[in-house]
Amino acid sequence: MDLLTEIAILVLAAFVGFEVISKVPNTLHTPLMSGTNAIHGIVVLGGILLIGPAQGFLNDFLLVIAIAFGTINVVGGFLVTDRMLEMFKGKKPDPKGEDES
Amino acid sequence: MSRNDWIQLLYIVAFSMFIIGLRMLRGPRTAVRGNQIAAVGMAVAVFATLLNEAIGDWILIVVGVAIGTAVGVPAARSVKMTAMPQMVALFNGVGGGAAALIALAELHRILPEPGRPKIDIALAIALSALIGAISFAGSMVAFAKLQELIRGRPITYPGQQFGNLALLAVCVALSITLVSGVQDEWLLWVVIGGATLFGVLFVLPIGGADMPVVISLLNAFTGLAVAIGGFELENNVLIVAGMLVGASGTLLTVLMGRAMNRSIANVLFGAFGQVSAGAAAAAEIDGGTVRSATAEDVAVMLAYAHKVVFVPGYGLAVAQAQHDVRQLADLLEKKGVEVSYAIHPVAGRMPGHMNVLLAEANVPYPQLKEMDEANPEFGRTDVVLVVGANDVVNPDARNNQGSPIYGMPILNVDDAQSVVVLKRSMNPGFAGIENPLFYNPKTVMLFGDAKESMVKLIEDVKGL
Repeated sequence: MDLLTEIAILVLAAFVGFEVISKVPNTLHTPLMSGTNAIHGIVVLGGILLIGPAQGFLNDFLLVIAIAFGTINVVGGFLVTDRMLEMFKGKKPDPKGEDES
Repeated sequence: MSRNDWIQLLYIVAFSMFIIGLRMLRGPRTAVRGNQIAAVGMAVAVFATLLNEAIGDWILIVVGVAIGTAVGVPAARSVKMTAMPQMVALFNGVGGGAAALIALAELHRILPEPGRPKIDIALAIALSALIGAISFAGSMVAFAKLQELIRGRPITYPGQQFGNLALLAVCVALSITLVSGVQDEWLLWVVIGGATLFGVLFVLPIGGADMPVVISLLNAFTGLAVAIGGFELENNVLIVAGMLVGASGTLLTVLMGRAMNRSIANVLFGAFGQVSAGAAAAAEIDGGTVRSATAEDVAVMLAYAHKVVFVPGYGLAVAQAQHDVRQLADLLEKKGVEVSYAIHPVAGRMPGHMNVLLAEANVPYPQLKEMDEANPEFGRTDVVLVVGANDVVNPDARNNQGSPIYGMPILNVDDAQSVVVLKRSMNPGFAGIENPLFYNPKTVMLFGDAKESMVKLIEDVKGL
């Protein structure tokens, strides 16, 4: 792909990132940090793509670790975020939902 | 359409889902769904990648994913809500580590090819390895500090900042050498080793109270490393997803710094929480005595108040006292007391940390007041109950220019009629700063574990 096209994509993504986040209430900062954290686990794709062409034991080994790391990042990140957010569910301003505990 | 076109199309679907998911994370009602949409987007991206013709070594892929799942799922399921910040740091760190390892493997793959690697690819490899390794090591130190495996207090020594800067300069210089022609793999290993050391040394001097800001910054770093990794692999979805995180993480870091009224540079290089001799001495000259109270006394104060405000802090998280706080609040409400919670933006170890805990205990949303909303209320509050918070109610932030937290907006709890501080002992807080609030004549201390104190208070209020 053209380098300039890639840079254009990068810059646009940066603006989208700023825009999408700028109006988040304080309350949701922790889940948000955790959610974005899960998204950069996309790096696991790099490991998956490279492990086929990779040569030699050392590189296979490094890439297996990279895939494991990336998977931890993705799976752990989304699960933890989900657990945090589940707790906000009871917080809707209808009093009925609050008697559960 | 070729197979590659389909893959690219699925990538577009995936990053659209990331953006939609992030947008939905903005509101408490849509957030759960937003997170799920982002997770599905991730599954789409992985599926699309597996369609690639160049994919090989399926067994190794399965092994890697299996190890990652076996580690990540139980960790995420079993972690206590109080330990969430260090878990996020850990997940963030491994992401950065993955980016660095991938850069190593990619360099190894392209080196034997005839001709020099393109300069932009070489640059991407060097940067992604450098930033990823810093993020990995920094996150691990942040994790160790929050988990209290190493001291939370800043670790400083003479020439520290100069040393760190020099180390970073060496890493950057080596990266430039690598990009400009000396295409040797060992050079990248040295860059990664140096960057790892830098990551450790860079986070060590930062006090525990500032860890939220640091984790947020490292989150942005990992995002950036991943985006640059997208250049090295010429992969769109890595560029978009990585940069989304890089941008949002940077913004979040700035917002958090602003909440503490400190620049990011000050957080990173100020060795915050290092008790400067002058400031500590000043607090002691103020002297005054600390008055301690029994649970019975406090129960009476609470039960006959008109308005009570709870100020939760990290101590609440440590003691897991959120359910007991809710129970006490319910009891007081039944007695006709007006109850609310004042949440400082950086109370706890991450922004929103307290909100998550109180939400877990099903505290009604309208009772949670953010700082700007809470501060004018303290004037007509009878009793403020400070549960394990310290620096966020420290009046030195307003009055004592020598204090490391001078200028940070705080909750003005000393405007209230009386203040009750639940605290384990007189040790200074996580940041290691003296708090004159404890010597204020309005203040009484209720020593003990926050949860035990809460249980006693509940019993005593019931008995009244």
